[in-house]
Amino acid sequence: MKTTVVPNTPLPNARGSALRRVGQIAIAVLVGLLVLIELYPTVWLLMSSMKAPDEFNLFPIYALPRSLYFQNYVEAWTAGHMSTYFTNSVLATVPSLLLLLLVGVPAGFGIEILKWKFSNTMLLVFMAAIMVPLQMAILPLFTIYTQLQLLDTRLGLIITYTAFGLPLTIFLMAGYFKSVPREMLEAAVVDGANIYQVFFYIALPVVMNSIVTIALVQFFFIWNDLFLSFTFISDTDLRTIQTGLLNFQGQYGQRDWGPTFASIAMSILPTLLIYLLLNQFIIKGLTAGSVKG
Amino acid sequence: MERTLRDWRAVVVFVGPAALLYTIILLIPMVWSFGYTFFKGSPIGGFTFVGVDNYLRLISDAKFLKSLWFSTQYAIVVSAGQIFFGLLLALLYVFYLKRASALVRTLVFFPVVLPTVAVAQMFVKIFEIAPQYGQVNALLDLVQLDTFIQPWLGQGRTAFWVIVIMDIWRAVGFYGILLYAGLVEISDEVIEAARLDGARGWNLLQFILLPLLTPVIISSLIFSLNGTLKVFDSVLALTGGGPGATTMPLTLYMYRTSFSLNNYGYGSTLAVMLTLECLLVTLLVFRKARRDVL
Repeated sequence: MKTTVVPNTPLPNARGSALRRVGQIAIAVLVGLLVLIELYPTVWLLMSSMKAPDEFNLFPIYALPRSLYFQNYVEAWTAGHMSTYFTNSVLATVPSLLLLLLVGVPAGFGIEILKWKFSNTMLLVFMAAIMVPLQMAILPLFTIYTQLQLLDTRLGLIITYTAFGLPLTIFLMAGYFKSVPREMLEAAVVDGANIYQVFFYIALPVVMNSIVTIALVQFFFIWNDLFLSFTFISDTDLRTIQTGLLNFQGQYGQRDWGPTFASIAMSILPTLLIYLLLNQFIIKGLTAGSVKG
Repeated sequence: MERTLRDWRAVVVFVGPAALLYTIILLIPMVWSFGYTFFKGSPIGGFTFVGVDNYLRLISDAKFLKSLWFSTQYAIVVSAGQIFFGLLLALLYVFYLKRASALVRTLVFFPVVLPTVAVAQMFVKIFEIAPQYGQVNALLDLVQLDTFIQPWLGQGRTAFWVIVIMDIWRAVGFYGILLYAGLVEISDEVIEAARLDGARGWNLLQFILLPLLTPVIISSLIFSLNGTLKVFDSVLALTGGGPGATTMPLTLYMYRTSFSLNNYGYGSTLAVMLTLECLLVTLLVFRKARRDVL
């Protein structure tokens, strides 16, 4: 076999293939550089979070860590209040996500599958909030929350996240329910299923993957949110990771680089883990929201 | 079948909660905000009716004009960068990496999911000058280009570019995938036929790929412009609008006016301007696209 393959390399084209090889190497270098640029800051961040205090003074910033100084994480977790911020973020994100799916998924079903006069109008009304900037809603909302004493409360934040997540969730869900085969719904109805049974036993199982996708997308929006928690939470004990981190910079950022890096690393850790496990879902979900929008 | 699907009580059960929540938290406040634009003051100090004064004030408000200019400039530069580099990525995925591109796509996409504050703090450190050089200055120091060492975030002009670089860096993987999906949609036969007719490289891109990709580019552009015109998190976390007010976008100016200066009326007027600009830009891109494509 081998002997028949080797003579096959076309000699007359040697110059062409050399050029092609140079081209391929150039592309490979380009790809390598690109991946490096996109990943280096995160890798560098994780490495820096392990550096002992004097390493920052003694060696250039790009130097590799000389040891594994986990004390930074302890420091950030306790003195830097990351434990509080982290807990607050979890306690805001998880209930918001559950509530969002609980309210948004049936709404998508109701708009796409049920037959009523204003279903299309309703979808358009929900879509309006995708176009209009959030800034249009926050001032009256601030007034409302002050009146209802929802300012500086977890409940206020959860309600806000849920409502602000609805337009995209409903829009995407309506699209996904469209792909449920009509025959399946009809067969169930003929067999005597009522609309709630159709929803739970027929439609939901079909769109389960899509629900996971939407949950992931919304997880990132809520976990990464700065604007809303910055606006509605000023109590230090209720700050989420993003607002906490923003203040961390001011307090410690200049002096204690190690703990600062450690706290940034902690804020991206859940994101990193979820991304490592479910990246295909996430990419699909995040891009779906914009192509159709 | 028909009877089951036309059940209005089911509509209330399924859509009611979402509609209610959406109306109270988003719809009513949006309309209410518009009402605020005819008043001056805040809930704490009370409101006074001022008619259209808030709108008249816009014309002579240098801070408004500056922040509007900043947002617009930023949106144009970042959107152009995101789409340009996204397109390069997409071409790279489809024509060079081909089937092997999945891993690279996944790696390059990663920054998209990172929290803005974390990214901004990384970039603060990357462009730091004191107490210690960040990556960029340390690198310049290493290659003896000391004259270029500067407080990147401490000067309005360079700070603008740091924000731009950061937001392009963050989103390029996203646009890479959007445009990649568009390129994959173009049928192989079309590309093959064009190749047989002698279209290669630049020609293939200019006359075949770009025209066929236009719808995807347009929707990416609208998405990108709408996102960047509303820039808030990046700027707040990176520069806080400074130094001075050199990197103050419209959103942050609106925020400060409302909450620091307690003027909800003028703040809402600024929010309305932002909404108008987003709508206007979207319409402009649509109309331009329609004329070019059809």
